[in-house]
Amino acid sequence: MSDLRSTATDTPAAGKASSDAPTEATAGADEPTATRRRTLLPSSTLLRHLLLLALGAVATVVILESTDPFTNSQLATLSYYAIAAGGLTVLTGMNGQISLGHGALMAVGAYTTALFLSAEEPLPLPLILLAAILVATAVGALVGVAAARLHGPYLAGATLALAVGLPGLAIYFHDWLGGEQGLRVRAPRAPEAFDSFISAVSGNSASNTKWLAYLGAICLLITYFLLANLVRSRIGRTWRAVRDQEVAAELAGINLGAWRVLAFTVSAAAAGLAGGVLALVVRLAAPSGFTLVLSLSLLTAIVIGGLGSLLGALLGSALLVFLPPFVTDLGSGWGLDNTEAAQLAPFVYGVVLIVAMIFAPAGFVGSIRMRWLTRQATRSAARSSRG
Amino acid sequence: MQQFVNVTLTGLTEGMVYAAFALALVLIWRSTRIVNFAQGSMAAATAFIALALIQSGWSYWAALVVALVSGFVLGAVIERVVVRRVEGGPELNAVIVTLGLFVAIQAGIAIVFGSSFQSFPTPFGLQGFQVGDNRIAFTPTSLYVIVAVLITMGLLVALFRFTRVGLAMRASAFGQEVARLLGVRVGRMLTLGWGLAAVVGSLAGLLIAGGEFIYPAYMDSLIVFGFVAAVLGGLDSPIGAVVGGLILGLALSYVSGYVPRGSALVNVSALVILMVVLLVRPGGLFASSTARRA
Repeated sequence: MSDLRSTATDTPAAGKASSDAPTEATAGADEPTATRRRTLLPSSTLLRHLLLLALGAVATVVILESTDPFTNSQLATLSYYAIAAGGLTVLTGMNGQISLGHGALMAVGAYTTALFLSAEEPLPLPLILLAAILVATAVGALVGVAAARLHGPYLAGATLALAVGLPGLAIYFHDWLGGEQGLRVRAPRAPEAFDSFISAVSGNSASNTKWLAYLGAICLLITYFLLANLVRSRIGRTWRAVRDQEVAAELAGINLGAWRVLAFTVSAAAAGLAGGVLALVVRLAAPSGFTLVLSLSLLTAIVIGGLGSLLGALLGSALLVFLPPFVTDLGSGWGLDNTEAAQLAPFVYGVVLIVAMIFAPAGFVGSIRMRWLTRQATRSAARSSRG
Repeated sequence: MQQFVNVTLTGLTEGMVYAAFALALVLIWRSTRIVNFAQGSMAAATAFIALALIQSGWSYWAALVVALVSGFVLGAVIERVVVRRVEGGPELNAVIVTLGLFVAIQAGIAIVFGSSFQSFPTPFGLQGFQVGDNRIAFTPTSLYVIVAVLITMGLLVALFRFTRVGLAMRASAFGQEVARLLGVRVGRMLTLGWGLAAVVGSLAGLLIAGGEFIYPAYMDSLIVFGFVAAVLGGLDSPIGAVVGGLILGLALSYVSGYVPRGSALVNVSALVILMVVLLVRPGGLFASSTARRA
């Protein structure tokens, strides 16, 4: 979200978030341009993120009220992709661990949600989503303990095995988890307050689709707010230290393994919430919804957007939602039949992954940020040579 | 007792295929320090080429040869055009590129050949041999699979042991700089290595397809099995890959043969085995050296 401005202002802003003492000194020693540039936004990271959260909430209402129901449901889809991608980008971009198993962790969240909602008297929805998060977090912590000792290809292979293996459990326990058909999800009805809110804001009628879109957006905003603060805090800095300089981090007294497990756990929590929202939006939790392609799509989203950037994860997820209809139409125009045209989207994902990694490994947001920083640096260099 | 024999024989046959696939992964890992997650999709692509040829009236053997040759070309081209650019870079980038290839090739197959299930022929029978009064679960096709994998392994050993090209390939895998100084065309050797690995992977894909149905994603679990087998053997050792493949084949066969509804648990068992190996012996059961871990 506020990530576009990250690296340049990192040191002073991050210091303040955790209310560590020596921040003022650092800020004072920093480039004078940095202080001058930040006059528009509050200097405290927390306040800045709260402001962005409020802006995001307003934008959500404006967007959801000015678009048709189909776009509303697309945006609901966007919200669960973006939640999962946000968690994954923190793991891969900030902590340098790759995971191809986030689809499976989403499945954990989705099945938990479906099971809790199938009760006679279901719990309130926030509690159910919380349960989905907790179960996915527990599974994630377990995987994270194993993952913390692996790196690169080993980690990719292990999480790949997770993505391929875990859905098999749903088939094995088919009395309980519904086998191949999966579990149908009864999405709870919107509360009355929501109806009156919508009619007060825009006068539109409040459909169930709209309710789910709002629900997804609320979860998305909360997740990104928490993740953005986490990334700017001591925890985020430690993760980056673990990623960039293993030896130096260890010498500084950082327990590498514990911090890697923490990153995986946080990321799994986001995936669990994403799975819960997915179950509500799709109204089904079935093994076919959590294929390897889902995990790889999430990876595509964060790679295109730029590893480690929440804004990038959001943009990448938007691509996952809005690109497939576009290329499918294109494919039909070229005379492909429906099933063939449907495969064009994964084909594009794959090509984009390769091209992005070869030509712009920093991703969309990262490349723009890099160019911007280079310009800043040139400008300040020019200024200092003059003065 | 008869069930035990049958389950064991099935496990050995499938283990040979996993071994071949793991061998393909190990070949690439040794030379370029990359785990080729696209191996399965590449093999599936060649299987579909073979199937298209067979359906248009070619014999199985001619189609097999064309498929293996196209596997070689595919592997060599991918190494030269795509993978060369991320070799030696951050390991995450290489992983992501092979995953991109994996998705793109799989989707490409579905676009060109369709995504429906199609039955793949086998040149030999699928009826078990008669032993005494019983038919055992060992078919002429199983025998063909085992012999084909053994021949391939023999050829690979011969290539690496007794030819100049094999020596040059081993040299460039062992120390690129030194090999280059001694006049080995390292780039060419890497391309050749990827081509050879793709041939072995394609063979595994064609063998496992025989008498079964194929669809664009049919190799997905084989990537996992091949990877698990390769890690069992240490990811660095060809012999380890073969032994790992056989162990994994037997283990998975016992799971699906003895656990009620165990076939749903095969993938999960592979995951469990992988986790246990990685946690207990991260270097694999047969790691040949600990000094050259990337």
